[in-house]
Amino acid sequence: MKLAASAGGGLLLGFNWLSANATPPAVVDEATAAAGNLDFNSYLSIATDGTITILSPNPEVGQGIKTAFPIIVAEELDVDWTKVKVVQAPLDTTKFERQVAGGSGSIPHSWDRLRQAGATARLMLMEAAANRWKVPASEITTDKGVVMHKGSGRKLSYGELAQDAAKLTAPKDVKLKDAKDYKLIGQSIKNVDNKPILTGQPLFGIDFHREGMLYAMVQHPSAFGMKIKSVDASAAKAMPGIVDVVQFKNNVAVVGKSTWQVKKAREALKVEYEKDGDLESTSDHNRIFTELMDSPNATVRRKDGDVEAAFKKAAKVVKSEYQCPFLPHSPMEPMNFFAHVRPDGVELVGPTQTPERARNETAKLLGISPDKVTVEMTRMGGGFGRRLAADYVLDAVEVSNLVKAPVKMIWTREDDMNGGNYRPSVRYRFEAALDAQGNMIGYKLRGVGINAGNPTREDNFPSGAVDNLLIDSFDHKSPITTGPWRAPITNFLAFAEQSFLDEVAQAAGKDPIQFRLDLLEKAKKSPAGEVKYDADRMIAVTKLAAEKAGWGKKKGVHQGFSLYFSHRSYVAQIGEVAMQKGKPVVKKIYAAADCGVVINQSGARQQIMGGIVDGMGHAMYGNMTFKNGAPEQENFNTYKLIRLNEIPEIDVFFVDNGIAPTGLGEPALPPTGAAVANALFKATNKRLRNQPFVEEDAYKSIL
Amino acid sequence: MALYKLQINGRSYQADVEPDTPLLWVLRDNLGLVGTKYGCGIAQCGACTVHINGEATRSCVLPVSAIGTSKVVTIEGLSAEGNHPVQQAWDEVDVPQCGYCQAGQIMTAAAFLKKNPKPNNEEIDAAMSGNICRCGTYHRIREAVKVASNKPAK
Ligand code: FES
Ligand code: FES
Repeated sequence: MKLAASAGGGLLLGFNWLSANATPPAVVDEATAAAGNLDFNSYLSIATDGTITILSPNPEVGQGIKTAFPIIVAEELDVDWTKVKVVQAPLDTTKFERQVAGGSGSIPHSWDRLRQAGATARLMLMEAAANRWKVPASEITTDKGVVMHKGSGRKLSYGELAQDAAKLTAPKDVKLKDAKDYKLIGQSIKNVDNKPILTGQPLFGIDFHREGMLYAMVQHPSAFGMKIKSVDASAAKAMPGIVDVVQFKNNVAVVGKSTWQVKKAREALKVEYEKDGDLESTSDHNRIFTELMDSPNATVRRKDGDVEAAFKKAAKVVKSEYQCPFLPHSPMEPMNFFAHVRPDGVELVGPTQTPERARNETAKLLGISPDKVTVEMTRMGGGFGRRLAADYVLDAVEVSNLVKAPVKMIWTREDDMNGGNYRPSVRYRFEAALDAQGNMIGYKLRGVGINAGNPTREDNFPSGAVDNLLIDSFDHKSPITTGPWRAPITNFLAFAEQSFLDEVAQAAGKDPIQFRLDLLEKAKKSPAGEVKYDADRMIAVTKLAAEKAGWGKKKGVHQGFSLYFSHRSYVAQIGEVAMQKGKPVVKKIYAAADCGVVINQSGARQQIMGGIVDGMGHAMYGNMTFKNGAPEQENFNTYKLIRLNEIPEIDVFFVDNGIAPTGLGEPALPPTGAAVANALFKATNKRLRNQPFVEEDAYKSIL
Repeated sequence: MALYKLQINGRSYQADVEPDTPLLWVLRDNLGLVGTKYGCGIAQCGACTVHINGEATRSCVLPVSAIGTSKVVTIEGLSAEGNHPVQQAWDEVDVPQCGYCQAGQIMTAAAFLKKNPKPNNEEIDAAMSGNICRCGTYHRIREAVKVASNKPAK
C-alpha cells in the first residue's frame, strides 16, 4: 500500500490487521512506503512533533469504525487520545483483505491485530528510552504519550523518541494489556469526524467535486420486468446545459452541466418500455406465498428427530403465519458515484461498502485489468446494506465511458427508492407441538421468500432446543431485485420467531421469559443436534433485560419480551406499552446486549438505540408495494420513515464479560419488532403478525 | 438562464442559473457550498434546511428566483468557528452517526431555539419531527437541543 501520511522522520510501524498468520508489526522506512511497496495493510506513525496517525482501513458508513479502530490501537500504545489523527485508507486490494463495511464484521476481524500493533510501538518507544538513559527497559513506564523512568525522574515524549525507535527491530510476542487496565476502551469517545460533519465540510460521496466534471442522471426502467422499446431524446438534448443523452443496456443517461438541468432534461425524455418478464404485483406475491406454502418438495434446511411423530402425539398444536413486505434501504444520502474512465485507467470516488466489488465489476464491465481501477472511499450517508452492491457505481462508469469525461452520477430519492436491491418479501409458517406439560416437543418452520435465497436461519434458536424439528424453504424467482438489508433475513425472521414463541408460551400457559429460559437450559443439557449459539450468553442477556426492566413487577405497563442472536452478538429487549386515553402507546424499550468488550460506549449505545429505532420504524411503517412490476412508493411522502416524535424511550445495558468484541451495527435491530408486538399483545390481546403494523387490521382496531 | 445576486453567510455570491433552480442545487453545484444536503427534493426530510431571513426553510423546493435580497445562512455560515451553541451541543452529545442529516437538523434546531430559547419537551419534539434521521439519532438530537437551550445565546 501507499501511505496517506508521513511520519516526518519519526516512527512508522506497519501491521496487518486481519489474517491470523500475517507478518507481525515491523518498522517501515519512508522511501519504501512512498513507493507503495509495503507488505502491510495498515500503519501507525509517530511523528517527531508527537502527532500520532492511525490508518483506519474500513469504510465509514456510520457504524463508528473510523473511531473504534484507532481507539483499540491507542489503548495499547498508551497515548493521549486528543493527539491522535485518524486517516481513511484508500482501497488497496492486494493488502486489504476485508475492506468491507457489512455484516457487523469489522471489529471482530481486527481486535487482536490492532492491539498488537499499539503494544509493539509502545515497547519500541520504551526500548529507545532505555537505550538512551542506559537503564533496564523493565524500569520504564509510559503514560499518555510520555515515557518515564521513575528512579531518575526522567521523561521523554513519544515524539522525541520516535526517531530512535524507528531504528529498532520490532519485538515479537508482545504482551497485551489486561482488560482491567483499559483507559480508553470502554470510555465514551466522540466520533472523530464530528467537526467536519457539524460544520458542513465536504465528506460524503455526493459532495465530491472535480473541475470539469459533468453531472449525470440515469433513467432506469419504469418497472421490474420491462425493457426499453424506443427512446426519443430530442427534447431533452435541446434543453439548457445538456451535453449528451446516452443509452446503455436498459438505461438512458442524461449528462450535463448541473444536477438541476440534468434532472429537468430527464423529465423531458420520451422512453417507451415493453414487457420483458413477469410484471408482478403485491397481490401476485400474496398468491405465490399461499401456493408455495403448501407445495411439496421444499428445500430442507435442518431436520432433527421425528417431527411428524411429535405432532401426532401432541396435546396441543400452535400454528401461525407471518409476512413482511419488500423494503428499500433509504440511506439519507442517495446512491451516487464519481467515475472517470480514461484510456489508461479508471478513477472511482464515492460511497461504497465494498470497494473491491466496485473495482472488480468495473474492470469486468470495461474488459480491463482490476489494477487499472482505483477506488477512493468517501464517508457514506448511511448504507444499511445498499452500498454493498455496485450497480450504481457501474451507472457512473458506463456514462463516463460513453461520454469520455469525468462524471458524477446522482440518483434522486425516487431513483434510490425504485432502484431495486430491496429487503425481500417473505412469509413464514410456524407450527409448534406441545405435550401435556406444555413442553415444546416439535417445531416446524417453513419460509417462502421472493428472491430471498434461504429465508430461514436454520441453526438459530430454538434449533438445538427442540428434539423434533424441521426447517425448510421455497424461493420464488422474481424480476424485482433484492439484496442484503441491515441484518439480512433476521431483520424480519427474528420478529416472526420471537412473536411466535410468545404465542407458544401462552398456549403452554408459561411466562414468556421462563419458557425461553427452559428451552435454553434444554439446549445446554440435552441438545438436539448442533447448537450454534452460546446458550449461556443468551441466558445472561435475558436475565439482565428482565432485571433492568423489572419484568412482571410493574403496574400500569404491559411488557413484551424478545431475544435474538445474530451477527455474533446477543441482544434481549423488553418493550413497554401503556394505555393512554384507551390507546396503547409504546413508551419504552430496554435492551441488554452482549457484544463482548465494548470499545466505545458512545458509539455502541448509539448503534443499539439507532438499531431499535430502525427496527421499530420499519416494523410499524415500512411498506413497499408493487403494481405490475412498478413500485408504488417513490419518496418519503408515500413511504414513511419513523420520526422523532414517534420513538420510545430506550435504555441500553451491556453484559460485561471481557469476550473479544463482536459487531453492533446490526444485532440490536432484529429483536425490536417482537419486543413491541409482544407488549402490544399484552396490552390489547391483539396479535400483530404482518408488517407493517399500521396496515394490520388488528393494529387499526386498537388505534 | 439569468444572473442572481445572493446574500449568503454574509457574503455576496452570483449564480447564472435557470430561475426555477432550487436554492439547494445553486448552493451545491454553483457555489460549492455542499454542507446543505439533498435527501428527498420534496420538502419531506429536512436535509436541505437553511435559514432565509432567520427562518428554517427547505432549500430543495425554494426556487432561486424567489430569494431576492433575503439573507441566506447555510451550515457553513452558522458560526465562524463551528462553535454555535447548537453545534457545540451536537458535539458534546456526540449526535452524528453517518452524519448526513445533521446539517439540516442543526439548522432546524438553531432557528427554532432563536424563537423559543427555553422550549419544553413537546415543543422540541414538534420542532424536530420534520427532519428525518435514517440512522435513528433522534434521542441524541432531542438531548442536544436541550443542552443547546441551556447554553448562553450567541
Ligand atoms: S431534500 Fe429538502 S426536505 Fe428533503
Ligand atoms: S446521522 Fe445518518 S441520517 Fe442522521
